[in-house]
This record gives sequence, C-alpha cells and structure tokens, in this order.
Amino acid sequence: MSTLASSSEATPSSAAASPLLRIRNVAKSFGRSVVLRDISLDVAEGEFLTILGESGSGKTTLLRIIAGFENATSGEVWMAGERLDSLPPYKRRVNTVFQNYALFPHLTVEQNVAYGLRVARQPETEVASRVEHALARVKMTAHAKAKPSKISGGQQQRVALARALVNRPQLLLLDEPLSALDANLRRQMQVELKSLQREVGISFVFVTHDQEEAMVMSDRIALLRTGELEQVATPQEIYRRPATAYTAQFIGHTNLLRGEVRGGIVRCSTLSWKAQLPDGPALFSLRPENIRIVASATPATDGSVRVRGNVRHQAFHGATELLQVECADGLVFSVRTASRADNQSELELDFHSADAIVVRESADRN
Amino acid sequence: MFSRAYRAVVTVPPLIWVTVFLLVPYLLMFCYSFWSVSASQAIIHSWNFENYRQLFTIDVYWQTLLRSMWIAARVMLFSLLLGYPLAYFLSFHAGARKDLFYQLVIIPLWVSYLVRAYAWKTILGSDGVLNTLLQYVHLTKHPLDFLLYSPFAVVLTLTHIYTPFTFLPIYASLEHIPRNLVEASHDLGASPLQTFWRVIFPLSIPGVVAGATFAFVLSLGDFLAPLLLGGPSGIMISNIVVSLFGAAYNWPLGAAISLCMLVLVVSLLFVSERLEKKWSFS
Repeated sequence: MSTLASSSEATPSSAAASPLLRIRNVAKSFGRSVVLRDISLDVAEGEFLTILGESGSGKTTLLRIIAGFENATSGEVWMAGERLDSLPPYKRRVNTVFQNYALFPHLTVEQNVAYGLRVARQPETEVASRVEHALARVKMTAHAKAKPSKISGGQQQRVALARALVNRPQLLLLDEPLSALDANLRRQMQVELKSLQREVGISFVFVTHDQEEAMVMSDRIALLRTGELEQVATPQEIYRRPATAYTAQFIGHTNLLRGEVRGGIVRCSTLSWKAQLPDGPALFSLRPENIRIVASATPATDGSVRVRGNVRHQAFHGATELLQVECADGLVFSVRTASRADNQSELELDFHSADAIVVRESADRN
Repeated sequence: MFSRAYRAVVTVPPLIWVTVFLLVPYLLMFCYSFWSVSASQAIIHSWNFENYRQLFTIDVYWQTLLRSMWIAARVMLFSLLLGYPLAYFLSFHAGARKDLFYQLVIIPLWVSYLVRAYAWKTILGSDGVLNTLLQYVHLTKHPLDFLLYSPFAVVLTLTHIYTPFTFLPIYASLEHIPRNLVEASHDLGASPLQTFWRVIFPLSIPGVVAGATFAFVLSLGDFLAPLLLGGPSGIMISNIVVSLFGAAYNWPLGAAISLCMLVLVVSLLFVSERLEKKWSFS
C-alpha cells in the first residue's frame, strides 16, 4: 500500500520518470489468431516484474518480443531511451533464461557461461575472472568442467542464470525458469532468485503461470489474459483490490457475489449492505479469510453483514480449513477458518461490508 | 520373457542369412586371396602371400587404388560442399516449402543409377550438350576432350549421384538441433555467423561424418561410373577387381584386392563411428 501512496504524491516514482523498458501498444497476431492486443507496460530500473498468465495468454510471446525472437505486429518497445524492437536479438542488452535452460550441450558449464563474453571478444583474462565469479555466485564452481548433461535440472538452472548474468545485461528475461523443478527445489530457487535479483540490481521480467510464485517474488505483477493486460499492480494490491472478476479468481480463492445497487444499498440474494456505488448491477469479490464464524448471540457491529448457512464440504489446507457453506437461496460461501467444523452443522457467518470489493466483469474472449 | 520358440523364429533366419551370404563368402574370399592360379588356369590351393606382394609392387594396382581413393576423396569433398549448404538452407530457411524441397532432393534417388550415368555421357561427350553449347557461343573452337572419359567425368557423376546420401544425414542432424540453442546464442550476443560456427556446425558434426563416410565409401567401391565415363585414365580399383574375376580369370589376386578394400572400408567405418559418438550429445 505504501507504494501506492508514494506514487500518488507530487514526486514521481522512478517508474514514471524514466522506466528502463517501455512497451507501447504492442500487438501480435500469427496469421488470423490474435495473441496480444494493445499491451502497454513499463518496467522500472531494478524492478522484479512478473508477467502472470495461463497457458495461451500470450505471456511467452510478449517475452519473446522483448528478447527479439518475435516481431510485434504493431507497437513499440523502448529500452533506456532507445528503440529496442528494430534491433536483432544479438544487439539487445537483454539476456534470457530459457524455459528448458537451452545450455549448449557440446560445451562445458564453464564454456557455456563464457559464451557471451567470448563472442563479444573480451580479453581471456577478463573472461576467466568473470566466469569464475559468476559460477561462484550460483555455487557451481565445483562443476565448471562438467557437460550440461551430467548435472541436475536445478544445477542447469543455475548455470543458465550465470550464463545470462555474466554479460551484465540491463534487463534479464526469465521464461518459466522454475517450471521444470520439483516443488521443494522450486521454493528454494524462488528465494535464491529473488535475493540474487536484489544483489545484482538488474531488472527482471519473469514469466510464470503460477500465481503463488508471482506473489512471492514480484515487485509488481502484470496479469495477462487472452492477450490483454487484466491488471498491473503490486502483489498486495492485486490480492486486496482485484480490478476484475478474473483477477480475483485467478489470484487466490474468492467468493464472487452478484448484487444490485439501489440508493446506496447493495442487495445480493437475502443479504444487503450499505455502499457508495452508482445504481445498477455490481459484482463483488469477498476473500474467504474475510468471513468469520460468529456465535449467533453476539450483536452485529456497524457495517457487518450476517448470514446463516450449513457446512456442505470442507477441505484441509494445512494451516487452515476451507469450508463450503450453503446459505439460503443457493448462495455458497467459501470460508477460511483455523479449525474444522462439523459437517452439515449450521453456522452464522459475518463479514465486513468494506471487504466486499467491487470488481469489473471479465468479458468472455477467445 | 519370450518363449524359446519365439526367440528361435526371430534369431535363426537372420543368422542363416548372415552365415550363407556374408560369412561364407568372406571366408572363401579370404582363402582365395592366399591361393594362386596355374598356367592352365587352375586354382592352386597352396598358401602364400604372392597376391599381396603383387598388389603392393605392381604399379598399376597400387596406383589405381590410390587414384580411386583420390577420386573418392574429391567426391566426398564436393558432396559436402554441395550437401551441407543445401541441408542448412532446408533446415533453417526453407520455411513452409521445406517438405517440397526435401522431396526434390530425394527424387533423383528414385532414378536408376545407369540412367543418371548415361545422362552425363550425353552432356559431356564431344558431340554432347555442353560441348555443342560451348562451340555455339564461340567459347571454344574444338570440343573439349577432357570432359568425358576422364577422372573429371567420374568425380562429377559420382558427386551428382552421392550428394543426396551426404545431404540426408547432415539434414537429419541439423533438424535435431533444438532451435532454442540458436536463440540462446543470439540472445548471448552472437551474430548469425558466430552462431553457425560455435553452435550449429559443432552440433552437426555427426551428420557431416556420416555423410562424408557415405560419399567416400560408396565412391571408392564404384565401378559403373568409371566404366561408362572414366576412360583409360579414369579406371578405378573396382574395375580391376571386375576384370580379375572375369576376363583375366585371376580370382586369387581379385580376392586379395577386395580384401584390402574391405579392411580399408571397415577401418574407415570404425573411425567414423568413433567420431560420431564423440560429437553427439543427448
């Protein structure tokens, strides 16, 4: 929330002043199928931006346009004040960590890392010291002489990272780099990657389909849906104030409530609460953890909404339980609680009307 | 896992085949190469190294063997020079027309060897297409006689015939290179030329070795092209073997020469297999 506050003040944030990367109205179609439409996005110096989306949302295509492997059908890409999209990939100060690492199989770990420096004809003494440093940073010094086929997936991942970072790019692109790793290693790499990014201070553009990964690592998340940006915001903002129904559902669990506003009163099935909204239909997102179970005897406080329902189903999520509570009129609420409830038992639910966030309807697109 | 009967049915026929059509003939050839022929053209079954001595001391034999290797080496070189760029273009730049071009390269393989050899005869002869054209445009006054019945004609024809054999393994190895390696190379700042020499070419070496081996080995053993187009100066070692087994009726010497070629080819295949293994990474 603090970032929101600072950006609204008179002093512009670094992103607004001179973003490192500017994507302006980029669109891309392959033949008749439109993959990206009208994407505009800025990446600040030193920022960790995640492009989050389901498969087929166009996130990898957007990354490939920044890297230069695809040309945008229309729109512009600028980096540090220069037009980027007119340059071939090998002239861009951008490096990529590929999904399957794309390590050169005929070269050793060391030679892979040295590749970018060697093609740039750096003096061998400099190559040697920078490669050594890069390998030490990703803890791969011991495997310097190994061929990529002889090391594990996580190690290949580290080598790919070192191979990209050794060139000191202005921007590092990462295309689902953790998707091939198992869950444990993946969580470990998330932390390592994030701290590495802090350390080197380079802007990262990270592509993933995993919303949890996006939340853990990013400074900002750009949520992409069928080729259009749904919302660009910090993880906190995007979770607490989702702009659309799609965002609310894609990031975490939510209850979507369809209501009708009339004269400052929202009516949703048997529920009603006060809200300063224009008249008409409205859609609300209510997070399961914002609903409490209360004893029916306790008096309702100001702004709280009460509803009775029966527990239909519950799922254990480790620290919490997710209950499905069915209320009158077929309304079902997901409720996050700390302890189990009896199945079929009747409960009194309570939520604060301010926690029901108005979201835009997400249009059907194909 | 499999029953005895099944294993017998599967393994016995190939074993019989290999024994009857490969092992026994090779063994016979091996024996013949140490025997000799009498004046009355009977095979004398006494063991000696006379045939091998002749092969390495009589000029015409070892010179023809060397010339055959030299012709085969040139065919190999030209097939690579033609086949590699073709395979590279098809694999990386042909786009949607890839399959069409591929078929176009393959089609000549369906045409009889003899037809293709004769075609070159009509092109290269003194009244042939090429000479007529050259005289018509007044580039030459008299037909060029080195075109036909020369090692040149043999190298040209064999190159034409064996280039698809060189092309195929190179194309296969280029097709196997993951395209994200090429992208990774560009991403790391390597120009297309640097990418070719540092990534694409090293990874296509197994195909190049296989293709080169095909062109060399097949050319070395060829006897039709030199027979039809080689003339006296374009004779190759297989022509000598043919005449030794035929008109000259000296099977023992023919067997000795054949055995030498066999040893040569097998050692080449051995080396090429080692090279391919050394350069394949998967």
